[in-house]
Amino acid sequence: MSAIYIWIETENGAAAAASWEALGAGKLLADACDVPLTAVIFGANAAALAADAGANGAAKAIICEDATLSAYRLEPYAALLTRLVQDGAPRAVIAAATQRGRELIAACAADTDMPMLPEALSLSVDGDAITAERAAYSGKVLSDVSAAAATVFITVRPRAFKPNTPQSGAAAEVTMVSPALSEDQIAVKIEAFEPAVGTVNLSDAAIIVSGGRGMANNPKAPPADAADPAVWKAQDGFANVLTPLAEALGAAVGASRAAVDAGYISYAHQVGQTGKTVAPDLYIACGISGAIQHQAGMRSSKVIVAINKDAEAPIFKMARFGLVGDLYQIVPALTAAARKRFNK
Amino acid sequence: MHIAVFTRSTPDTQAVVTVSASGAVTWGDAALIVNPWDEYALEEAIVQAKAANGKTTALAVGADMHNEALKHALAMGIDAAIRIDDPALTHADGLAYAAAAAAAVRKLGDVDLVMFGRESIDVGTDQHVYQTARRLGWTMLSHVSKIIAIDAAAKTIKIERLLEQGKQTVTAALPVVISVTKEINEPRYPTFMGIRKAAKAQIPVWTLADIGAALPASGARVIGFKNLPAREVKLELIEGTPEEMAEKLLDRLIEEKVL
Ligand SMILES: Cc1cc2nc3c(=O)[nH]c(=O)nc-3n(C[C@H](O)[C@H](O)[C@H](O)COP(=O)(O)OP(=O)(O)OC[C@H]3O[C@@H](n4cnc5c(N)ncnc54)[C@H](O)[C@@H]3O)c2cc1C
Ligand SMILES: Nc1ncnc2c1ncn2[C@@H]1O[C@H](COP(=O)(O)O)[C@@H](O)[C@H]1O
Repeated sequence: MSAIYIWIETENGAAAAASWEALGAGKLLADACDVPLTAVIFGANAAALAADAGANGAAKAIICEDATLSAYRLEPYAALLTRLVQDGAPRAVIAAATQRGRELIAACAADTDMPMLPEALSLSVDGDAITAERAAYSGKVLSDVSAAAATVFITVRPRAFKPNTPQSGAAAEVTMVSPALSEDQIAVKIEAFEPAVGTVNLSDAAIIVSGGRGMANNPKAPPADAADPAVWKAQDGFANVLTPLAEALGAAVGASRAAVDAGYISYAHQVGQTGKTVAPDLYIACGISGAIQHQAGMRSSKVIVAINKDAEAPIFKMARFGLVGDLYQIVPALTAAARKRFNK
Repeated sequence: MHIAVFTRSTPDTQAVVTVSASGAVTWGDAALIVNPWDEYALEEAIVQAKAANGKTTALAVGADMHNEALKHALAMGIDAAIRIDDPALTHADGLAYAAAAAAAVRKLGDVDLVMFGRESIDVGTDQHVYQTARRLGWTMLSHVSKIIAIDAAAKTIKIERLLEQGKQTVTAALPVVISVTKEINEPRYPTFMGIRKAAKAQIPVWTLADIGAALPASGARVIGFKNLPAREVKLELIEGTPEEMAEKLLDRLIEEKVL
């Protein structure tokens, strides 16, 4: 019997939040095709995660806890997923469009000679065909891409689909499988790993507070030994004005490319055409003009707030709420008000 | 050592892209540019080939719009450029392009390292990278932020990768396919001489028959493009002292259920 397979991405035995959204997307297809929803989980703690997958709507789970799969590597993961697809012939295989999800799904689609629908924003089934709506040209237009094949490989953009409502007591029927490759068949050897500190999970964030070139207009006086006073001011603004607002709202910190290129904050924070594409419920742009390349990364935000001293800035054309004024006066006031209300 | 590097043209990042009444995507008279992510791959290919006394070939799959990117590659200092084009590739999907890309690398014969940019800014998946690697059957190392060492004699490579979870150091045996991130280098600007030379270059076109590529049987199909739904841009200005603005904004955001 056919099925919809969802690859649940894990790190240190914990599932990626976006994988539960993939399970939500999978439920839509499983219901439409009337086939079971199957979670596929590799690595440490897979058995425990299979129980979570059951609670989150998976009817079945296929797991492999072998040591060769404990840290994600493309070769052993792709070899095993490809074998499972060849054995089980699912209608679709879905993963969240994270770095790993994109790589694994594309690789298995190539290995099985099946089509792929990348970064779906929505999905529909019509007879044999599965159709995905996706962004094209850096989100400036949308396209509908369709595939009819024995198995269709799909990645779903984080925050585009809702996870299923957890049902306590719902359990997945678990099948344990063995790996497809042994360690001596794997060419890539991981020599060292340095976990990212203070990860910026922009794609998963429900709220993002972003700063742009305007961050350099910090009224605070830089120390006499500051190498570059403007950079110091902006860095200080990101650390001591913008980050506190983000903390008070439970938000992630984003930035424009101008801010990143000038060295105010690291590239991991960049939102836009050559940075991250985000779709939070709330996006607060501080001292960002709203260039087309910045818009490309944040235009699907639900509610956009613009804080800018120039009432003519293009960002106001897409904002729901506009605050015209100096961000260095408005942001601290907002932080204080939010702390008071939310007790943070 | 022979390094093959893939690149393509995209509309300028400033371009206003819309869908016309006939359903075609247009970007007016905006210029075509080399895909910004590919500049890092081209730069790294030039640097690594020079260090190993090797050579570089830039490849694009698709219509003649991609000559723009190939000329940019030549102007930067890439040794040779080839375009793969064939009527069968019109409307073909990423896997078909990857099949063509892999066949072209095989035809070059002596390639040890294939480089890609992180993604293309118009198609915007990184599908080509992984699928080309799988079609070649070579090791794939994505998001490379630093090439630590290439040992051409021992045929090994040691690199650093920038992953969502952290920084990974890995070794692998050549040949490999890598994609690079912007941390890897600072791409050079083409010189005046380079631009003049590239402008005169004739870029050979290889067909699918030339490279012996077989396309996959079924593919994904773009069934149409759409303009974005009009954004409900009902701008509400929040006014007053900073403190008043702050309180009013929080009220409104709570009403809109985003806080
Ligand atoms: C190939 C390419 C790719 C690109 N990719 C990206 C990308 O991914 N992301 C991206 O963001 N950009 C990208 N850009 C750059 C983009 O074109 C803009 O240059 C950039 O977004 C501008 O950043 P900004 O809004 O911070 O700066 P500016 O445009 O300089 O705007 C600064 C704003 O701050 C306001 N301001 C100043 N001081 C204050 C104050 N005290 N209080 C309140 N407001 C203040 C000003 O009124 C102004 O509107 C790209 C460009 C190219 C060519
Ligand atoms: N038609 C093409 N020809 C050559 N390189 C390409 C082509 N399409 C994509 N690439 C390269 O593959 C990488 C990933 O692109 P994409 O899969 O479109 O996001 C980028 O570095 C692109 O430049």
